[in-house]
Amino acid sequence: MTVPVELPSLVDLARAIRAGETTSESATQRCLAVIRDRDPSINAFIRVLDDTALDTARTADRELRSGRDRGLLHGIPISIKDIFDMSGLPTTAASHVRREHVASGDATVVARLRDAGAVLVGKTNLHEFALGTTNEESAYGPVHHPLDASRSPGGSSGGSAASVLAGMAYASIGTDTGGSIRIPAAACGLVGLKPRFRDVPTHGVVPLSASLDHVGPLCATVADAAAIFRTIADAPELDGLPAPGLVRGLRLGVPRRYFFDLLDDDVAHAFETTCRRLTDAGVILEDVVVPHASAIAAIYLQVALTEAAAFHARTLESRPDDYTPTVRVRLEAGRYVLAEDYLRALRGRDVLRAEVAAALDSRDGLLLPSLAVPATPLGAATVRVGTVDEPVRNVTLRLTQLFNLTGHPAITVPCGVTSGGLPIGAQLVGSATAALLHVAAALEAHIRGGRPASVPLA
Amino acid sequence: MTPEDWLESARADAARRGLPDLRAALEGLARATGLLRAADWNDDASGAPESGPQAPAPAG
Repeated sequence: MTVPVELPSLVDLARAIRAGETTSESATQRCLAVIRDRDPSINAFIRVLDDTALDTARTADRELRSGRDRGLLHGIPISIKDIFDMSGLPTTAASHVRREHVASGDATVVARLRDAGAVLVGKTNLHEFALGTTNEESAYGPVHHPLDASRSPGGSSGGSAASVLAGMAYASIGTDTGGSIRIPAAACGLVGLKPRFRDVPTHGVVPLSASLDHVGPLCATVADAAAIFRTIADAPELDGLPAPGLVRGLRLGVPRRYFFDLLDDDVAHAFETTCRRLTDAGVILEDVVVPHASAIAAIYLQVALTEAAAFHARTLESRPDDYTPTVRVRLEAGRYVLAEDYLRALRGRDVLRAEVAAALDSRDGLLLPSLAVPATPLGAATVRVGTVDEPVRNVTLRLTQLFNLTGHPAITVPCGVTSGGLPIGAQLVGSATAALLHVAAALEAHIRGGRPASVPLA
Repeated sequence: MTPEDWLESARADAARRGLPDLRAALEGLARATGLLRAADWNDDASGAPESGPQAPAPAG
């Protein structure tokens, strides 16, 4: 395992730039130097934007010196998953299927980041078309975990997570259709926010499953996530950044049944330790039940694959060999789902949405682990959990996909490490994104257990 | 069409299309289909009383 870099907060960098302690150009040069040094072995980026990033950084420094301040993201180096359109550049979605594509405009989120003065350092690698949780199936090769090159950083926003953990960017923008922000964020010891459905526009983003797709940040702290959410959301309803606050009396529901049935021992131990820290601080934890939780995976499969197949049908016919074999198989399977079964899944989704709302009723949030296992070995089809071997895809989606189905906002915060030093995350779920960010900021130090926003050495 | 009939038909079509690797994915879908068809939120055209939760009307 290599020595991890510090994970500086973008909010701290913004303050340092304004205090004259550093510049955007200097921070950007540092990120680009790390990319040059480490990305040949990590493979986080599909395209690095060296020249335009430095130009943007110099412009940001000039503007700030002249008194034009565009906000907290002004001059901050940020990477972006290569599934967002950036005008004049290919949006590869990590697939040969989009080899000839050139975006004619910016995705709405990209335009908002540019308006805010963010420095876009590059477009990150992902699981092909975001259809996978390990980042192994990519036309540009797998992404390697910055702490252990033999492992996956999670996915599908794996390049995004690796870029932040390795110090190649201060934050990244990803997408989350079943956990694709929260899974890699948890596996890499980051904060990852999936906002409430439709809080952040998906215009200019290559869809996976239109009714499940969400856009959000991967970054070092909850305040960083809030700063980005405030910039990219349609109506963030977030005045100022959320800050640590009183936690005594906060009420969180803990859905143990189903969600705790399949947990790695180190994950279970770290989560229970986190629960003890929270109750010691005065947080009220109450067991809650999602009665139809055992149907989550079945409902998710029918909805996600059917919607993805509809988007890909034409290219599955015209250029099937341009897909990686596993992604092609998943997409083809979706073409066999009957309309009546898709509609049954949608009915089940409504049931789950009502059940999660009931679990949240009169509570400040739900609390559960983010990822049932630590970062998985590259090439593994299954992973051992307790005494059973489970398919990697099933076990990695298990704790996150429900909230894509229901649309509730969810955020992962680092809560510990395994005996081998791999990060573990705890997930908070709420009703509204701004309120969730306030709760997460209040609880962040207790969830981390006093750890700073960096991955401890093994 | 029962899930078993569906799986048989889908497997045959995948084989005809030269996609034998689809087999495992189709078997997973068949299990999911069986589970959803047995779920207590489904309607019954006979008018038999619902045994489980009514799916709430979509918001908005």
